[in-house]
Amino acid sequence: MGALSIRNVRKSYHGNEILKGIDLEIDKGEFLILVGPSGCGKSTLLSMIAGLDSVTSGEIRIGDQVVNDLSPKDRDIAMVFQSYALYPNMTVRENISFGLQIRKVPAAEQARIVERVANTLQIGHLLDRKPSQLSGGQRQRVAMGRAISREPSLFLFDEPLSNLDAKLRVEMRTEIKLLHQRMGTSIVYVTHDQIEAMTLGDKIAVMKAGEVQQFGTPQEIYDNPANLFVAGFMGSPSMNFIPAKVEAVGSGYGVKLESGQRTHVFPVPGGDGKLKAWEGREVLFGIRPEQITHKSESRLGLPQFQTAEMPIRLTEPTGPDTMVLVPINGKDVVCRVHPAHAGQPGESMELMFDLSKSVFFDPASEQRIA
Amino acid sequence: MADMSVAHTAGASKFGRFIIYGLLALVCLYYLMPLFVMLSTSLKSLDEIRAGNLLSLPGEFRTDAWVKAWDSACTGVQCEGLKGFFWNSVSFVVPAVVISTMIGAFNGYALTMYRFRGSDLVFGMLMIGCFIPFQVVLLPMAQTLGALGIANSTVGLVFVHVVYGAAFTTLFFRNYYVTIPDELVKAAKIDGAGFLRIFFSIILPLSVPIIVVSVIWQFTQVWNDFLFGVVFSSGDRQPITVALNNLVNTSTGVKEYNVDMAAAIIAALPTLLVYIVAGKYFVRGLTAGAVKG
Repeated sequence: MGALSIRNVRKSYHGNEILKGIDLEIDKGEFLILVGPSGCGKSTLLSMIAGLDSVTSGEIRIGDQVVNDLSPKDRDIAMVFQSYALYPNMTVRENISFGLQIRKVPAAEQARIVERVANTLQIGHLLDRKPSQLSGGQRQRVAMGRAISREPSLFLFDEPLSNLDAKLRVEMRTEIKLLHQRMGTSIVYVTHDQIEAMTLGDKIAVMKAGEVQQFGTPQEIYDNPANLFVAGFMGSPSMNFIPAKVEAVGSGYGVKLESGQRTHVFPVPGGDGKLKAWEGREVLFGIRPEQITHKSESRLGLPQFQTAEMPIRLTEPTGPDTMVLVPINGKDVVCRVHPAHAGQPGESMELMFDLSKSVFFDPASEQRIA
Repeated sequence: MADMSVAHTAGASKFGRFIIYGLLALVCLYYLMPLFVMLSTSLKSLDEIRAGNLLSLPGEFRTDAWVKAWDSACTGVQCEGLKGFFWNSVSFVVPAVVISTMIGAFNGYALTMYRFRGSDLVFGMLMIGCFIPFQVVLLPMAQTLGALGIANSTVGLVFVHVVYGAAFTTLFFRNYYVTIPDELVKAAKIDGAGFLRIFFSIILPLSVPIIVVSVIWQFTQVWNDFLFGVVFSSGDRQPITVALNNLVNTSTGVKEYNVDMAAAIIAALPTLLVYIVAGKYFVRGLTAGAVKG
């Protein structure tokens, strides 16, 4: 039995369809990420799972129960909000025990639960403070404490880290993942941050304009994006999309790339089947920055690697890597190069393209070709 | 050169400041003058009032005008001072203020946190209530009070003020509550709290500043009201504003200005006290939510 299943769920407001038939399913203990740009409907979907928004049509099940018409309190869920939504008039202790109190948990039991939660999240010393006396990170912990105190069967997180500064965000991210490992409760987590999505999720649903564009594990989505949107949304710096013509090379097919004064035709491994129909036409050739690096002798001669000398327009050192911008077919293409091997702007350098993970899109429909 | 220009602007700002404070002092004086005249006149004897200057300080402080105004001045046929009417006013102002504030809080909560179909329309109609002049509702209100069987009673007067005040208090609370993030209510719903529980456990404890505003506003309005008081009450049930009017208009030969002044100050004292005690909340609360940040 799945922990959560969403079947053909739709939502419309005043005739506008916000969610256009969502199908998702996760198993018990899985960490589901809903990711997408703002306005894609991810927060609305979360609200509907929570019971704060009604379902226009379709079915939401938590465990083996259809919850469409259940009120939030009967759904066995807990939620962490973006603004934390701690009750400002109550101490941390009261915040954590408010839900228990309403559910008429005996006082002694409440005290025990608060203590356990406080230990888990290391907020024991904050129990008698008001939320206004806490830092952002501490408020975040208390909000999570309030959620875990009731031991629900499903946690909902609505962009919980977006109000924290960059450093704290990374720390809390790790902490949420550890907490999930320890408790094993299923989680639905909404974010617009693709790094959060990749690092936390067991499954990711990439959403756009009220539709799930792709649903899969982080690695599947990263390596095999279903369309141009998913490919561009996941990964930072994002994938390069190079308009390129498909040409026959030997027994297979390849893409024609122009840079500086030179023209290269790179044969695509395994591309013969699907690229055949596109011979002579233009496709979008997608290749991630880390798949274009400096030339390494050990890889020379392997069929999926191609080298080419290209002029450098700009370099952006990030520390571990240097991003090198080269023009290909009139577009600036980002390459991720080891700092020791990066050239200077104005020079040209030999780059090695790993075509084993390259992808191809139809420029009109933006769907994946190969 | 630079130094000179700095000195120049410093001089200019000092001069500007002088003008601003001068004007403020003048305006202050203008507003305080009547109070000063009232206070000094109430402490003078009648002879001194007739002989002296309006602005002069009393030669000897006499409190008998105050005693008379409170205890034995004539308001029409009976001569028992204002004391009875003072307590009349207290007896209907307090419940009217408390009830209208509670209703406003509840309305505001329902209108912001539980937006129902047509809630904006309801709010719009309530707002119209703020603009209806007292005179317009006199006759229909009299009929209503008669039909309810509470005409000429304290309960009736409380009812009138609650109905009339609810529009204002609702506006205050509604505008305050739109600044409270609705995630708070969502979190409480998920915690299992219901409509009333959320109101009493979470929203009401956050409402102290706006409760103060509502109380000051309603207290001032209801205490100072004359028209409803004179229309919907009679005899010894009348509020202090009506009694003050009667006291000033009842002349038995000599016009006792000192008693009139003392009576007027007594009638105004409670609102003055409320402002002094809670005034700083008033401005703060009225502008709450007006500016984001």
